[in-house]
Amino acid sequence: MSALLLFISAVIIEKTALVLVMFLITLGIAAYSTYGERKVAAFLQDRLGPDRAGPWGILQPLADGAKMFTKEDFIPKDSNKWLFILGPGAFIFVALMTSAVIPWGTYFTGFGLNVDLQVADVNIGILYVMGFVSLGVYGIMIGGWASNNKYSLFGAIRASSQMISYELAMGLSIISVILITGTLSLRGIADGQAGTWLGFIPQWNVFLQPLGFIIFFVCALAETNRAPFDLPECETELVGGYHTEYSAMKLGSFLFAEYINMFISSAVISTVYFGGYNFPGIDPSWLWGLMGPVVIFAKTFFFIFVFMWIRWTLPRFRYDQLMHLGWKSLIPLSILNMLLTGAGILCLG
Amino acid sequence: MQSLSNRSKLVVNKEMTFMERIYLPAILKGMWTTLKHFFRNVTGKTATLRYPEVKRDFAPVYRGWHVLKRDEQGRENCTACGLCAVACPAEAITMTAAEREKGEEHLYREEKYAAVYEINMLRCIFCGLCEEACPKEAIFLTDRIVPTDYVRQNFVFGKDMLVEGVEPEKRINVKVRQKHVTEKK
Repeated sequence: MSALLLFISAVIIEKTALVLVMFLITLGIAAYSTYGERKVAAFLQDRLGPDRAGPWGILQPLADGAKMFTKEDFIPKDSNKWLFILGPGAFIFVALMTSAVIPWGTYFTGFGLNVDLQVADVNIGILYVMGFVSLGVYGIMIGGWASNNKYSLFGAIRASSQMISYELAMGLSIISVILITGTLSLRGIADGQAGTWLGFIPQWNVFLQPLGFIIFFVCALAETNRAPFDLPECETELVGGYHTEYSAMKLGSFLFAEYINMFISSAVISTVYFGGYNFPGIDPSWLWGLMGPVVIFAKTFFFIFVFMWIRWTLPRFRYDQLMHLGWKSLIPLSILNMLLTGAGILCLG
Repeated sequence: MQSLSNRSKLVVNKEMTFMERIYLPAILKGMWTTLKHFFRNVTGKTATLRYPEVKRDFAPVYRGWHVLKRDEQGRENCTACGLCAVACPAEAITMTAAEREKGEEHLYREEKYAAVYEINMLRCIFCGLCEEACPKEAIFLTDRIVPTDYVRQNFVFGKDMLVEGVEPEKRINVKVRQKHVTEKK
């Protein structure tokens, strides 16, 4: 009995510590993504970017945070007050929840411990991610509707129709991966990509599913409302989109959640298509166990950079082009990809 | 109609090819362009400078903040003749003349001097006509940038902002610009 209690409390402490660490890392990465975004944007546009707060401007996110917290927190007179507060809260909550199922490394074994670097190894991990991504639209929708402003409502409607449209193609491209790996668990998907072909090509899903990866990546851009799919907050048409009426840290929550979403989708892309914590030459000693998180974070940061790189290269889609791309191109392509994958599995065993 | 410049291009509304319709080659081409800029700026020099610390090189004939010169003995050159104010197309210069008293010979070179000399830096267009009009080599434009301010009134520069100091280290060198200006003529 006492042994069982000890085990349960050890698990609770371990998971709480992991949740806390992941929470802090996520917030830190989201904060520094804002700095990274501004620096990357600047360098892509022959500028210097923020360089006044601290050396090379590395204290800029702290200054931005202090500004966000101390600004006047304004709630419009005719808005629905509680929904107005709920909107950004729901959005950032959903964004933070998604990281729970992502495996950040193999089991860390050593010093008499066997720590699982994943908050929850649910056997439907990728479905959980898709579910929470779909819930994200509620935060935007509630916030945009509660603002009682036509631009906010336009932005919210655009966001919801865009996210619903692109979720379909995203889910269909994921199905092809699931067909190959045979599991919905993100840990399982990551473990399935260990090893190499011919000794040097890593067994990553991207080589088996190049079309699926492109579809998934485009949909991830649309789901996170990043350019060229940033129509929900399109400044040239809608002032600020769904967060037009927001100020202070409520606005900060919306913007912050966007960067959290970007981080999480980069992590999901790395896990599902780029082998997660696996890298060529992995072997299960404790040193390589420590290398796992480094590898997956390196992959994640690379994809965050690609997100920014695309944002500062491409112009925004027109709304009919967006819908055309989603419904008439990506969904048929992902169905085709699914059929080809199925046929391939059937033929090759 | 016949084109006079031969630069006009005929617009063709042709169907896009398959490679154009899938967007990706064009997108990758665009991303390659921005990536080249990224690495050029990370490794080398950006076009932007860290302004207050680093200043861009000026042309030698740059026309900025005026100076009222003194002669070798530290006496003001200006005799308040008003030719600069007459020459000024922007009506930026105004002055009040005064007569030199006994005992002020070390301050002013001639019998008449400017008791008040004001240039409104918001009106000034930095054309340099005051410099050309001056018969006494008293006013010159320099390569100094007029400092910024929040209040309009502070842009009316009086003698405290315009006359150079008596000490050798406070003198403003205008020889480089004058050499280039005369060479051009």
